[in-house]
This record gives sequence, structure tokens and C-alpha cells, in this order.
Amino acid sequence: MPGFDLAKAPLRELNAALHALSPSTNETHWVVSNPSGKHAVACGLDAPVTVEIDGHVGYYCAGMNKNATVVISGNAGVGVAENMMSGEVRVKGDASQSAGATGCGGLLVIEGNASARCGISMKGIDIVVKGSIGPMSAFMAQAGNLVVLGDAGDALGDSIYEARLFVRGRVASLGADCIEKPMTEEDRAILADVLKRAGVDADADAFKLYGSARRLYHFHIDNVDAY
Amino acid sequence: MCGIVGLFLKAPRLEPELGALLSDMLVVMSDRGPDSAGFAVYGDRTQGRVKLTISGADEDVLRRAVGELAKVINETPGLTLHDTHAVLSISFDKEKAARDFIEHHDDISFVGAGARMELYKEVGRPEQVTQRFGLARMTGSHGIGHTRMATESAVTTRGAHPFSTGLDQCLVHNGSLSNHNGVRRMLQREGMRFATENDTEVAAGYLSWRIREGASLKEALTNSLSDLDGFYTFVVGTETGFAVLRDPISCKPAVMAETDDYVAFGSEYRALAVLPGVDKAHIFEPEPATVYVWERG
Repeated sequence: MPGFDLAKAPLRELNAALHALSPSTNETHWVVSNPSGKHAVACGLDAPVTVEIDGHVGYYCAGMNKNATVVISGNAGVGVAENMMSGEVRVKGDASQSAGATGCGGLLVIEGNASARCGISMKGIDIVVKGSIGPMSAFMAQAGNLVVLGDAGDALGDSIYEARLFVRGRVASLGADCIEKPMTEEDRAILADVLKRAGVDADADAFKLYGSARRLYHFHIDNVDAY
Repeated sequence: MCGIVGLFLKAPRLEPELGALLSDMLVVMSDRGPDSAGFAVYGDRTQGRVKLTISGADEDVLRRAVGELAKVINETPGLTLHDTHAVLSISFDKEKAARDFIEHHDDISFVGAGARMELYKEVGRPEQVTQRFGLARMTGSHGIGHTRMATESAVTTRGAHPFSTGLDQCLVHNGSLSNHNGVRRMLQREGMRFATENDTEVAAGYLSWRIREGASLKEALTNSLSDLDGFYTFVVGTETGFAVLRDPISCKPAVMAETDDYVAFGSEYRALAVLPGVDKAHIFEPEPATVYVWERG
């Protein structure tokens, strides 16, 4: 099991070593110590390996992740798992702004809280937050599922295109064109599946579903005065 | 971009290390602001005396000017030299005369004043600036610092942060204000004076004005949410207090660490990682449009 101490060796060496792994590598379990809030730790991975990071990370940790599993035993800075394609990223502490931003696939689990703009412009990623999320989350979300066991801040789902937003707690306010929707059997099955994959024991019936009213898709003549 | 840091000690135990800790935090933020740096440190006070921080080209210029000042105010100021800055200790009743003298002197500039606050800022890489002023050897109860990447006004010593517009009051800012010209005109009509065209100085002046008019630090910051427009994370120091405010969309980053010993602010967690016991600290992001104030009794 390769270990890497970021207090002793430069971050670029770690990322280069992780990028060099082939899909059939035997070095499938990495442990990284002393991240000390460094940015871009374990970014751009595309091999099916697990990277455990022991401590708090800075910006864009596990960004662009593909196939890999990245576990952060600490807090994550801005843009954790941004633009993730596949694989899994798990934050054991809290996540800063723009967690999972523009993610196209894969699963992001935040065991603590996420701050503002969680899932901004999400494009197919599944995000599960055990705590609460900050304001302006799922802004311009396009596809995927955002599951929140706690509360959501102001302007949830502002200018949302699609994507399902499941919130168990209180929503401070909904953004433009985001509405509460009736939960169908299909929605409930999708939510249950995401919760199961995230390893979270919660009753799907306790959540409410929010999504797009689809009133901003096309120009409406009644809005001409706004321009 | 810009980086800001702040450290407010709850317990006197760490006071001898304040400068060293603040220096380490500030140097980590060099990547966010490589063109200038500055900091304010709240150290000891002497009853009946005020500290004036001034800047000049070099020690000779500063000594000469202080010699002239001594004759004008009929008192020999206590003098501590730190590279291009000097801290003068004078009787409180001589403050106005000294300020008038400094303002009209061609070779020196006023930087800040307070019973406890000393303020240093200079153009250059943050590690060089902190070394030149000897921040690591300074002691005190709290301090704030800034690394600057100038966006809206020139890279000059005067344009560096912190900005101080009232006794023991100073402010550092990450972001940019969009209505500072209008607010500056309003404050000028209220008798506030400004040394630069900088937006952050307006924010500092706004708070000083509110406090002058009777507001608490918390009330002044709450008012600023409706009167200042733009992007900002502010960290504010007063003689006994330390405050943080982010704009309503939390445009600029901020992370804090709190333990039994201290409250610390950093633009990024990296700046907090140098602090003792941070691994057991409560780490949190200040909420947007929410005023946080810590006071030491």
C-alpha cells in the first residue's frame, strides 16, 4: 500500500504518480498524509484505485475524477470533486463552496455540511450531503441528483434546467423556476438507490423533491419588459 | 485575488507568539497577493499615551522628522524604528498637533494610530515585508494581515492594507466595492478624510464614521451590508475586538478556526494549518451577510 507524505514530498510528485497508474495496476490503495489544505490533491485520476487523504484539503481536491475512489478524512476546500466524471469521492468532514460543481457522473458523499453553491451546474453527478447545504445550491443544475439530509439555504435550484433535488429538512427559499414536485415511484426508487450507494440509512419517504418548473426554457413574451 | 488573515487570542498564554504565528499565516497567503503586504498588531498600551505609526523613506528621514516633531509638540516621542516605519509614543493630548505636523510634512506619511495598534504595510513579497518589519518578534493580543494583488488602484505603500481611519480601528478586505466613490463623497460631507482613492479605505472610513456616530462594531458592520455594494470579505480589528463579515453571496473565500486559545481567520485553510492545535479546532466557514464579532473583556 503506497503511502505519500505531503510534508516531505511535493504535491506534483503525488499527482504524477497517481496519473501514471494503469487501469490494471496492483497499487490500488494509496494513503496520503499531511495535506495541510494544499490545493488540487489527487486531481485528474482515471485509474480504479482508492486514495485516502488523512487531513484537510484545499481547493479542487479530486477534481475531474474518473474511476477512482477518493476519501478525505477531514474538510475539503472550494470545488471538491468538481467536474467529476465517475468514481466516488467521500468527504468525512465539511465541504466548502461549489462542491461537485459541473460534475458529469460519479458519486460525491459529504458526511458533514456543504457551504454555498453545492452542485452548481451539476450535469449528471449524484451528491449526497448528510448535513445541510448553503445558499445558491444547484444553481443552473442540468442533470443528476442532489440529496440533502439536513436543510438547504436560500435560492435552492435557482435557474435550474433539470436535476432532482431531494431535501429532508427545511428549504430556506427556492430560486427562480425551482418548485416542489410530487415524488413519483420512479423518483423514490432513484433516491433509494442513491442513498444505498452512499451507504446512508434514511427513509426515502421523508424527503421532498424539488426541480424545474421549466418556465425559463423559452423566451416568453410577457417577460419582454425585463430586457 | 488578495489573501487575508487574522488571529485573535482568547488567552494571554500565546501573546508572546502572536507575531510569529501571524507572520507564518501571512507568508502562506503570498500566492494570493504577491505585490504588497501589511498587518496591524495590537500590543501593550501605556496609560495616557497614544502610538502613531508613520512611514518614510528610511531611518534617517524618520529620525529627522521625529526630531522636528519633538520641537513642535514640545515633547520627545518614544521612538521604535522598523525599517521604513516608526512607531511614536506620545501623550494623548499631543495627538492632534502631531497628526497635523505629520500630515503637512513632505517626507513622512501617517499610517495609523491607537492606544494599542501598530500598523505596517509595504510594497513587496509578503515574506520580505514581514521580515523587514520583524513581525515574527512582535507580541500582542490580536492582529490582522493582508497580502495584496491590486485590481482597482495602484501598487503603492498607501494602497496596501490594512487601512486605518480611526483610533485602534483597521480593516483588511478581499474583493472590490462598486459604490465606493459615492460612499466616499457622503463620508467626506460627514467630515471623514481619506488619503487614497482606494475602495477599501472607504469601507474602513464607513465603519469609523458609524462608530463615531455611536454604533457598536457589530451595528456598524450590519449597516454596511445595506450601504456598501460589491464583493467583500472584511476582517476588522479594534482595540479589544475582532470581526468578520462576508458579502451576501459570499463571493470571496473565508475559513475560520476556533479553539479555547484563539479565533483565527484565513482566506484559505492553508493559512490556518500553521497554527498550534488546529487539528482539534472547530473549523467553519463564516456565513454570508452575517456579522461575527469577538471581544476580549
